[in-house]
Amino acid sequence: MDAPRNQSKLVRWIDHRLPIFSFMAHELNEYPTPRNLSYWWNFGSLAGFMLVVMIATGIFLAMQYTPHVDFAFDSVERIMRDVNWGWLMRYIHMNGASFFFIVTYIHIFRGLYYGSYKAPRELLWMLGVVILLLMMATAFMGYVLPWGQMSFWGATVITNLFSAIPIVGNDIVTWLWGGFAISNPTLNRFYSLHYLLPFLIVGVVVLHLVALHQHGSNNPLGIDRKGPQDSIPFHPYYTIKDMFGMGVFLIVYAAFIFFMPNALGDPANYIPANPLQTPPEIVPEWYFLPFYAILRSVPDIWLLVFTIPAKLAGVLCMFGSIGVLFVLPWLDTSPVRSSRFRPVYKWFFWLLVIDALVLGYVGAHRPEGFYVLMGRFGTVYYFVHFLILLPLLGKLERPRPLPISISAAVLKSPPAAPSGKMEPA
Amino acid sequence: MAESGHAQAVGPHEGGTRRDFLVLAASALGAVGAGAVAVPLISSMLPARDTLAAGAPVDIDISHIQPGQQIVVLWRSRPIFIMHRTPEELQKLQAVQDADELRDAGSAALQQPEYAKNWHRSIKPEILVLVGICTHLGCIPSFNPQPGGDLGPSWQGGYFCPCHGSRYDLAGRVFAGVPAPLNLPVPPYTFVSDTVVRIGENPAGSTFDLNSVEQL
Repeated sequence: MDAPRNQSKLVRWIDHRLPIFSFMAHELNEYPTPRNLSYWWNFGSLAGFMLVVMIATGIFLAMQYTPHVDFAFDSVERIMRDVNWGWLMRYIHMNGASFFFIVTYIHIFRGLYYGSYKAPRELLWMLGVVILLLMMATAFMGYVLPWGQMSFWGATVITNLFSAIPIVGNDIVTWLWGGFAISNPTLNRFYSLHYLLPFLIVGVVVLHLVALHQHGSNNPLGIDRKGPQDSIPFHPYYTIKDMFGMGVFLIVYAAFIFFMPNALGDPANYIPANPLQTPPEIVPEWYFLPFYAILRSVPDIWLLVFTIPAKLAGVLCMFGSIGVLFVLPWLDTSPVRSSRFRPVYKWFFWLLVIDALVLGYVGAHRPEGFYVLMGRFGTVYYFVHFLILLPLLGKLERPRPLPISISAAVLKSPPAAPSGKMEPA
Repeated sequence: MAESGHAQAVGPHEGGTRRDFLVLAASALGAVGAGAVAVPLISSMLPARDTLAAGAPVDIDISHIQPGQQIVVLWRSRPIFIMHRTPEELQKLQAVQDADELRDAGSAALQQPEYAKNWHRSIKPEILVLVGICTHLGCIPSFNPQPGGDLGPSWQGGYFCPCHGSRYDLAGRVFAGVPAPLNLPVPPYTFVSDTVVRIGENPAGSTFDLNSVEQL
C-alpha cells in the first residue's frame, strides 16, 4: 500500500490517509492481465459502460416521468416532444436496454466458450448470473413504465405466471399487483423498484470485480498465467483496447439511436394501455424471447404419480433455464477450460448458440403447429446440453494438448482456431 | 466451572456453554425482530383499504337489458359480462348433449360457484354473469350471439376470442379443440331484487371466492 512514486505531495498526503491512489495503481497499473486477451474480452467493460449509461439517462428521465396510470403515457410523450433533448435521453435509455443485453449475452457466451466459469472462478460466474437476473427484473419493470398496451399486457402475462404456484399463487399475484389487476399501485411499485435495482446491480458488479481481480481474467487459451512473461499491465494495454472496442460499439449503438430508434421495440407500446382491450399478440422484448419460448412450449409433465400442469411446468422450466447456469461450474466436468482444446465441446457450444437463436425465433411466434414442436425440441435440447452433454463430455472427450504457457503459445506459431482472427497479432 | 473450561478446550459439547446460549438467544430475538419489521413492509404491498373498497360488491340494474343483449361492467378492474339470453338460446344450450363438442359441458372444473354449476351456468337461466377474460392468455372475448356469419356455418352463437381463436358458447363453456383450457369463470353474484344484480357477493349460505377458481 505504498503511495505511488512520482506523485505530488498532495497525492501522497491523501493516499496515506485514504489509499485511493494506490488502490487504483494496484488494480489498473500493476494488475497483471493475460497478454493474449482477444476482443471477446471487451464485453464485460462494455456491459459496465452500459450500466452507467442506463443509470445516468434514467436519473434524468425520472425527473420528467409521472408514475400514475392517468399520466404515465402522456408524460413519456411529453419527454419525447417538449422536454429539451428528452427524445435523445429516452432513445438512449430505451435502446440502451437492448444493447445492455446484447453485450451481456455475448459476455456470457464468451464465458461459455472459454470455460471462464471453471475453478477458481465459480463464484465470479455465479455473481454474473445474479446480475443477469437483476437485469431481467429491472428491464421487465422498466418496460411497464411507459404504460402502453404492451407494457400493460406484458405485465399482466408475466405477473400471472406466479398464479401457477400451487395454493398461494393467486394471493401472491394480488400481493404483487397491490390490487385486483395491474393498476396504479403496480405501476408505482414497479417505478420504485426500477429505480432501486440498478443500484443493487452496481453492488453485485463490485463483488463481480472483486472476484475477478482475485484470480484475474481467464484467456483464450484457458491456461493459468505462470509468470510475468505471460501478462501485461491492464493499463494502458487493455484500457486502450477497451476504448477502441467501445468506439466500434458506440457506432452501432448510435446508428440505432439516431436512425432506427424504434426498430427493436413493439409499435403496440405507442398505444396507451387499455385494460379492456387485449392486443392481438402479446410479445416480450427480443431479449426475453428465448425464455418466453421455453415458458410457452412446455406441455403437461407427467411424473409417476401426479401431473405438473403445463402452466406451472412452463414457469419451472423458464426459471430452471437460468437455474442451470448457477450450477454450471459443477455440471461441466472437463478440466480443460478453453474450447480451443475441446474438439467435441466446441461443436456443442455452437449448437447451443443456434438453439438459443431458434428459441428466440419461436418466442416471437404464436405457439401453434410447427412452432410448438420447434419450441419443445429447443427447450429439451437446452436442458440436455447442460444436464447430460456437459457432464458426459468431460469424461468422454479427449482434449488436445495444452500449450506450456501463454507466452510460449503466443510468441510461437499462432494456433489454428476458428476464432484466431479475433486474436491480437 | 473447571468442567466447562475443559469443554471449551475440546469444542462445543452437549448442552453448550453460557455464551452459546446467549448468542443463540440474541440471534433468535434478532431474527424475530427482523421478521416483525418485515411484516408491515410486506403487508403494505397488499391491496390498500381504498383499493379494497373499490373492489366491494357493485349493484347493477339489469331491467333495461333486452333478451339477446349484453352489457359489460367493471368489477375489480375486470370486465363482467351480463347477458340476457332468449328462450331459443337457452334451448340450444340445454340441447347440447354431445360432451365431446365441449371440453367441460358439465362444469366439472372449479370455474364457477356451486350455485352456477348447472347447464345454464347461472342462478336464473336467462341471466348469464361471466368474467370476460379468456382462460387462455387473458384476452377479452368478443360477443357474437348470432349463429353463422364470419365464424362459419357451424357457429351457434357465443363468445369468440380474437387473440388465439378460442370459442365459448352462450354459457361461457369452452369448445374442444381451441387453445383455452377452461370455461369462462362465473363471479360471485346474487340478486338483490328481480332487476338488480349484486356482483361480488354470494347468495346467503355460500362462501365462493373468485380467487379460488382454477384460472381467471
